[in-house]
Amino acid sequence: MMEFMEGSHAVAHSVKHCRPEVIAAYPITPQTHIVEALAEMVANCHLDAEYITVESEFSALSACLGASAAGSRVYSATTSQGLALMFEVCFNCAGMRMPVVMSIVNRALGAPLSIWNDQQDSISLRDSGWLQFYAEDNQEAADLHYLAYKVAEDRNVLLPAFVCFDGFILSHTYEPVDMLTQEQADSYLPRYTPVQRLDSTDPISFGLFASPDYYMEFRYQIDQAVKGAAKTIAMAGREFGEMFGRDYSNLVESYRLDDADCAIVAMGSICGTVKDAIDEMRKDGKKVGLLRLRSFRPFPNKEVRSALSGVNCVAVLDKNISLGTKGAVALEVRDALYGQQVPVLDYIIALGGRDVRKKDIRAVVDMAGQGKGDLFHGLRQELVS
Amino acid sequence: MALGLGCSAKPGKAKENRTGSWRTFRPEFLHEKCTKCGLCSLVCPEGCIAEDGEGQPVPDYDYCKGCGICAEECPGQAIEMKKEEK
Repeated sequence: MMEFMEGSHAVAHSVKHCRPEVIAAYPITPQTHIVEALAEMVANCHLDAEYITVESEFSALSACLGASAAGSRVYSATTSQGLALMFEVCFNCAGMRMPVVMSIVNRALGAPLSIWNDQQDSISLRDSGWLQFYAEDNQEAADLHYLAYKVAEDRNVLLPAFVCFDGFILSHTYEPVDMLTQEQADSYLPRYTPVQRLDSTDPISFGLFASPDYYMEFRYQIDQAVKGAAKTIAMAGREFGEMFGRDYSNLVESYRLDDADCAIVAMGSICGTVKDAIDEMRKDGKKVGLLRLRSFRPFPNKEVRSALSGVNCVAVLDKNISLGTKGAVALEVRDALYGQQVPVLDYIIALGGRDVRKKDIRAVVDMAGQGKGDLFHGLRQELVS
Repeated sequence: MALGLGCSAKPGKAKENRTGSWRTFRPEFLHEKCTKCGLCSLVCPEGCIAEDGEGQPVPDYDYCKGCGICAEECPGQAIEMKKEEK
């Protein structure tokens, strides 16, 4: 049913429909509305879940990890500094193969302190073994939670997953969202049955000590599981499409790419602006297209290579920077295209909430056409010279 | 140790972790010099020196990490640490 909702509330309702049994979270802007809404649902008996109030994000994810090990479907949400505080537990969730699902309402990392949006927080955990999905709008942010649980809990995957969507730009914006009913959600996402769990009558420990004789094999297995998740995402995304009309089987979305000379690559809400800018540029006769990455982990190497096979230049918009080198998306796109002649140029944009307009997208495409890139776009030169 | 999903294991699995592989030097017991005082067995931090029926020390190389305390403490110099090639 179509409803007009704030992004955070759309996500909270999706999460409710996923029937998490344990929720542990700590409020942090701009994520707070999600867990506030869920706390209210639990308090009003609209959601049968254990809601654990904790004293920090470290505790929040630790509680989720423990509850997941005990066999529950669990949920948390965080952003920015909160996610940074969870760093250690994130690696443990993946290593212990716990299908925790967590919303990341993307926000810049301090210092300097910023509550505004970029994607540095989740990108900084790209090596942790969590799957990472990026939503373009609130509809997708709501839908990807069903997909995330379905994929994370699949026996061929068993990995935790981030559902990332841009802070404020999506989380605090009202949009029409087609919400699944509880019955529809139940038919797509059955109750969670753990493969193994903590049980005092049949004891087991997770995440044990692994000597140098064993450690590498565990890391190899996690890596295989992340890569292998692509197949499960395709299946779960197709099933979602067959049931509800919105197909998420592809890890990427192509927009007007077929005959494009220049391809923009981006993730998240900025892709809406990019699509509008592309429509304008197309009217002016410029053949520009967009490749939007919905999944960053697993990284869609094959899809990127095939989608960008016919273009003359690639302009990557990175809402993050691996300080001292480039944006993470550009590095990986370049890796995916290794051996091909097409230049991949990186544009660091929108850090800490810096606005990006259609004219910025046009400027980036012009620069890419001249071979000018690997730079911060939108810098106030008077402040840095 | 089998590769349990998520590095999981039932209780008692530590026994399967043969820590003897950590060893660089291996204690060799010279039975002709041994006075069967039992000190080596007493000081072994891993508790992996047993005694046979005659009181001679019997090391368990599956778990001996080669720390050399037995050789250091042996009053009769009846234990030699020999470099082990793997």
